[in-house]
Amino acid sequence: MIHEYDVIVIGGGIAGLYTALTASENAKVAVISKVHVTRSHSVAAQGGIAASLGNEEEDHREWHMYDTVKGSDFLADQNAAEVLSKEAPNAIYSLEHIGVPFSRNSEGKIEQRRFGGHTKNFGEAPIKRACYVSDRTGRAIMDTLYDRCLQKGVVFYNEVFIQHLLFALNNCCGVAGYDLATTIPQVFHAKAVVLATGGCGKIYKTTSNGFASTGDGFALALDALLPLKDMEFVQFHPTGIYGLGILLSEAARAEGGVLRNNLGERFMERYAPTLKDLAPRDIVSRAILKEIREGKGADNKDYVYLDLRDLGKERLNQKLPEITSFVKTYLGIDPAETPIPVAPTCHYIMGGIPTDVDGHVLVDRTGTILPGLYAAGECACVSVHGANRLGCNSLIDLVVFGRRAGLSILKEIKARIVQQLPLQAESIVVDKINSLLESKCTESIPTIRENMQQVMTQQCSVFRNGPALEQALTHICQLKKRCLNLGLTNKSRVFNYELQEALELNNMLRVAEIIVYSALMRTESRGAHFRSDYPERNDEEWLKHTFVNETPTGLKESYKPLAAGRFELQKRRY
Amino acid sequence: MKVTLKVYRFNPQTDIQPHYDPFTVEAEPNDRILDCLNKVRWQQDNTLTFRMSCAHGICGSDGLTINNQSALACQKLVKDYDFTKEILIEPLKYFSVVKDLIVDLAPFFERIKSITPQTPQSTIVDLEKERIQTPQERSLFDDALKCILCGCCYGACPVMTEQDQEFVGPAAILREQRYIFDSRFADVAERLQILKKPHGVWGCKSYYMCTVVCPKHIKVTGAILRTKKKIIQEQQPKDEQQAGES
Repeated sequence: MIHEYDVIVIGGGIAGLYTALTASENAKVAVISKVHVTRSHSVAAQGGIAASLGNEEEDHREWHMYDTVKGSDFLADQNAAEVLSKEAPNAIYSLEHIGVPFSRNSEGKIEQRRFGGHTKNFGEAPIKRACYVSDRTGRAIMDTLYDRCLQKGVVFYNEVFIQHLLFALNNCCGVAGYDLATTIPQVFHAKAVVLATGGCGKIYKTTSNGFASTGDGFALALDALLPLKDMEFVQFHPTGIYGLGILLSEAARAEGGVLRNNLGERFMERYAPTLKDLAPRDIVSRAILKEIREGKGADNKDYVYLDLRDLGKERLNQKLPEITSFVKTYLGIDPAETPIPVAPTCHYIMGGIPTDVDGHVLVDRTGTILPGLYAAGECACVSVHGANRLGCNSLIDLVVFGRRAGLSILKEIKARIVQQLPLQAESIVVDKINSLLESKCTESIPTIRENMQQVMTQQCSVFRNGPALEQALTHICQLKKRCLNLGLTNKSRVFNYELQEALELNNMLRVAEIIVYSALMRTESRGAHFRSDYPERNDEEWLKHTFVNETPTGLKESYKPLAAGRFELQKRRY
Repeated sequence: MKVTLKVYRFNPQTDIQPHYDPFTVEAEPNDRILDCLNKVRWQQDNTLTFRMSCAHGICGSDGLTINNQSALACQKLVKDYDFTKEILIEPLKYFSVVKDLIVDLAPFFERIKSITPQTPQSTIVDLEKERIQTPQERSLFDDALKCILCGCCYGACPVMTEQDQEFVGPAAILREQRYIFDSRFADVAERLQILKKPHGVWGCKSYYMCTVVCPKHIKVTGAILRTKKKIIQEQQPKDEQQAGES
């Protein structure tokens, strides 16, 4: 079946919906999601969204920009960080005006709280910059965008899994996938296609990400021979619920929670004397694991305590109701009375599909634009987060750059000639599905997936080193080969999740290989990428972005040096 | 320890009637019911079909009927049930079953759409500052913001399952309540009008089952009652209203 639209957005999280909403001003827009749109993982965002409104104390766009650049360990493109910090306040006001129910202070203004790495006056002390909706900020923004999209006539295709981007004369002119409910191929013809497919946390064993975060958009880009950029930079959030990885927002520490080791010591004071528990995530995650390695894990196990007892019941209830209930449900403890066992959990990928600040997907490191294709959100790499993203900068990235992508589309589709769909659009999908369903091979999905998650967690997470990464690379390549021989026992064409998981596993392995490869190549430590064998940042050789392409002879890397920005390089101390 | 799930099965391609399959898995008291279902799917029978995504009760994918009550499989733990007996796992009631535990949610999302006014609010947006809303004003709809659109309340509502299939349903009214009580929205009259239609808010008979099962502990019935009160108030002439309230 062929569906005709002006704009197709793949992924219904905040980036996808904001792009859709913006484009719907003057275009026929559809959003396609492999889950129901309202299940997109943006709903799990808790703590807040950053903008220098200055509602609680003096704040400036320059301060926000500086924090973003320093937080990125100077790998952010400063022009992108400038766009983000400059447009952030207006983005918040526009969210407020379409109905996002921000928490309010006593004056009735949008309330703001502290967050990791956000400071006043270029690093002096923590600042209240995070706007929020208690600790369900993502959910509230998603719900508002969803309702506004409904009013604007945006059409939702739920539970459709996209497999291919379609091109004609080097223009992206549509996408092809299948309906999960029926396995019937679906082809979408459009003048503009937006990738807003989110991240790939499920590559790791312990993650805050949902089951749907399998890097599908990255695989779509790779199929289109596009490079992936800065994929070695994977963020581990310091405070996942031990064992489960469920996110406990940085807001917990912003509201006064502290991390403690087995001695009851507030150990972050040693690692970041100024910001302490509100240091950026890369630093806090490393500190936690270092404490554990030195035998100072709480209860002498491999976790530390997040101590929220000082906040008291009322404050927890008012400011952090969701995470309080998560802790009660899954650990059976009351955070007002008992410290919570936490450990780093895979949370976010800074790298992704290269784009410019207007959402255009770039074909190479020289910045050639691919007409008709756009990307926004976690799957895109505008290079605003560099080597480490600050908390609250993700949601604002989705809105600022989602809007910019939408505006570019509105401007450009008028002049765009409608390209013919390639004739084999449907059959590519049918062949892909049939070859899996009819395969006589016997490799099992859960085994390969667990193997991959194990390798990535043990050898390519917070601490990395050359030999381990080489082993991991070999291992992932072996798994990729085994993945060619998957045997599906479920032959159904109605909601065949084994088939879906087979396709997702293939996507994840491709992304995993690129993460490991990029990490192996980068022989320095920067932001979230820490190499025990190269523990220092090396600006002389490595102040550059990684681009990796899949080629017939294997992965191939190239680099793009960073342009100088207004903030000069400095050692990152907090 | 061993836990046995008795799971509703229906494959539209091969079955005329649904049936139940027992599955026994190794589980701990603190494991989620979702973990048990995944063990079945990944270790025993990969045709077992159910939705899931975030696995911690925020996306709303895995609403099921567990031991005869609507609940999220990722929010309920083994220890929440008498696991010495079989735990009964069925799809959400009210909705039609597509396969095993998957129901057709189109009627649910259609209702969310149906309560959304077709004329969007003015798009003139002041980008230079926010509108003022006091914490007290905001508190009138704070509870409704917790809704994750899981559909558990539809499966639990006796009106929907037994009396009026067309009833707009708890989650939709709650969603509307969120906007009606938001001091920033100017389209309250239109929204009240939508809820006054047949099968609208007056369909609610206050069984309180939505409130009982709500995985986010929202006082759904209370929100519906406040919406009804608002409609009555709006119908009364202003002076009468003031007299009534004094």
